[in-house]
Amino acid sequence: MANTVLATRPPSAFNITQWWRKLRRRHVFLGISVFLLLLVAGTGILAPLIAPHDPHKGNLADQKLPPAWIGERTTTKTVVEFPEPGLSHRQISISRAQRIDPNAALGGEVQVILREGGNSRYLLGTDDLGRDILSRIIYGARISLIIAGVTLGIGGAIGTGLGLIAGYFGRLVDELLMRIVDIFLALPLVLVALVLVVAVGQSFFITTMVLVLFIWVRFARQIRGEVLQLKTMDYVSLAKVAGASTPRILFIHLFPGVINTLIVVATLQVSIVILVESTLSFLGAGVPPPTPAWGSMVADGRDFLADAWWISTMPGVAILLTVLSLNLFGDWLRDRLDPKLRQLN
Amino acid sequence: MQKFILRRLAITVVTLILVSLIVFVMARASGDPRTLLLDDYASTEMWDELGVELGLDKPLYIQYAIFLGDALLLDFGDSVIDNQPVTATILERLPATLQLGAAAFIFSLVIGIPLGILSSIKRDSFWDQVGKLVALLGQSMPPFWLGIMMIFFFAVMLGWVPPSGRYDWNSFVLPAITLGWFTVAANMRIVRSAMLDSLDTEYIKLARAKGVSETQIIWKHALKNAVIPPLTFMGITLGTLVTGSIVAETVFAWPGIGLLAFDALRQSDYSLLQGIVVFFAVMYLGTSLLVDILYAYLDPRIRYS
Repeated sequence: MANTVLATRPPSAFNITQWWRKLRRRHVFLGISVFLLLLVAGTGILAPLIAPHDPHKGNLADQKLPPAWIGERTTTKTVVEFPEPGLSHRQISISRAQRIDPNAALGGEVQVILREGGNSRYLLGTDDLGRDILSRIIYGARISLIIAGVTLGIGGAIGTGLGLIAGYFGRLVDELLMRIVDIFLALPLVLVALVLVVAVGQSFFITTMVLVLFIWVRFARQIRGEVLQLKTMDYVSLAKVAGASTPRILFIHLFPGVINTLIVVATLQVSIVILVESTLSFLGAGVPPPTPAWGSMVADGRDFLADAWWISTMPGVAILLTVLSLNLFGDWLRDRLDPKLRQLN
Repeated sequence: MQKFILRRLAITVVTLILVSLIVFVMARASGDPRTLLLDDYASTEMWDELGVELGLDKPLYIQYAIFLGDALLLDFGDSVIDNQPVTATILERLPATLQLGAAAFIFSLVIGIPLGILSSIKRDSFWDQVGKLVALLGQSMPPFWLGIMMIFFFAVMLGWVPPSGRYDWNSFVLPAITLGWFTVAANMRIVRSAMLDSLDTEYIKLARAKGVSETQIIWKHALKNAVIPPLTFMGITLGTLVTGSIVAETVFAWPGIGLLAFDALRQSDYSLLQGIVVFFAVMYLGTSLLVDILYAYLDPRIRYS
């Protein structure tokens, strides 16, 4: 109905809306997302084979090299005997000029390289320790993959199990479990993570544990809601009448019914896990260095924004593209597998 | 209503106890504080004396009770690093955090709500696409990276605003955007779907049938009912602002409690950090409790769900 206002508008020659809709219809974005996700997963798994350099070892001669497509930055300076104080950005002493150009003479001009150009050996440039950023991003993808896999595996199993139990048994069990879920949802987890890290130090274990605490509740809530509906179905009552044991009903009869929900929740949770993990590692509360994590790579580049912006930018782009793709893919999957969930998110 | 308030209150209290328990257990897990306070040449008597002074000779549950009692009296002891009382340090930083939070909150309302309205009344228009893009980026872009990128463009390259610190009004701009970024997208999405629901109701159809102008329908009838849902989410919004302030303040060296938490983390100042965590948890849980009660008061349907 609200569209009636729109319909009276004359069609323009280039309609950005139509163009966008056409793109959407062809699932171009979805295709790009899936491609990016496969790329991240593939490079993460095959990191040692693909990464062009060692992610931990830097070459101090190649510090802060820009990405390959960026040329060198030069400036022209006048050759003088002694540069005046404060004018060194325009003047150069004769002795230094002759090191660049043996023919330099007083009063002449020389080209001075302010910053070296990009190098095809380091496609995305190098950081302040001369480490290859692309290789670190590839190994970072591996870390993100492992963390997402482990947390989703454990958190998903706990959440699904408790969700099944809460939904199936109902009453007191349900009430109790859902109150626990409420408490966990209200827990400020980034703060809890900081406390854990200061108390027992950074570790892979702490990071995954915090993330498991963070996500199991989301599985539990969603699965429980699904089971509440599913258990009223006739086939469940029939199984009960036929004498099926409780574990059998839970896992053989109810679990297959929630698999679609499980897949959708898991896909959408991956993006949240990656965002929270990168936030923790940005704050220095994630997986400890020197393991290259995307968040800590962004943090590493903070001090060099003025002369080497790519150190912070590149890993951030990796996070953005991965999470964006996961969200697009997850939305599509949700619409496909489980339209009911659309209202829940 | 009373039952609802009691239940919410119980959840809040239990969560707070859980937070305090985590903080307490972790403090003990991190090792004996005496190893930090005494040097290697301290005698056994000094060691025991300090243990009595700190209450370490008592059983754990009594130590926990003492910790809870002190926390209720806002006493978190002294910082290990500079020996200042933790509570005083936190209160000193509070105004900066509150100002930034308020700025971010206003930013998220001023951008999020109009964008949500625009994209709902002009569906599939340019503004709708902008709205969807904002919503998607809000979900997908890590705020700490956004902050750093904005520092690079607007402070380093263009020099419009200071890169960090808290000075004039213009030093508020980037931190407020960084902190409010996620909330803008959330507000926009909520307002948009609330407006769409509201535009689809019977009373709007009736108003249309009666010949009320489209402008009147949108501004007088639909909007009034569409601004309530963002209120429900205000509790969550304020919660994300509390946690987000650690990130935003760290990125912009904003001298608030969030930056204090980051510094405490880097210096392993446990007593300071536990004070901040309890303080933040109370703020976070307290505001969401208040908002929920307020909302249940405004909308009876909530009480029974």
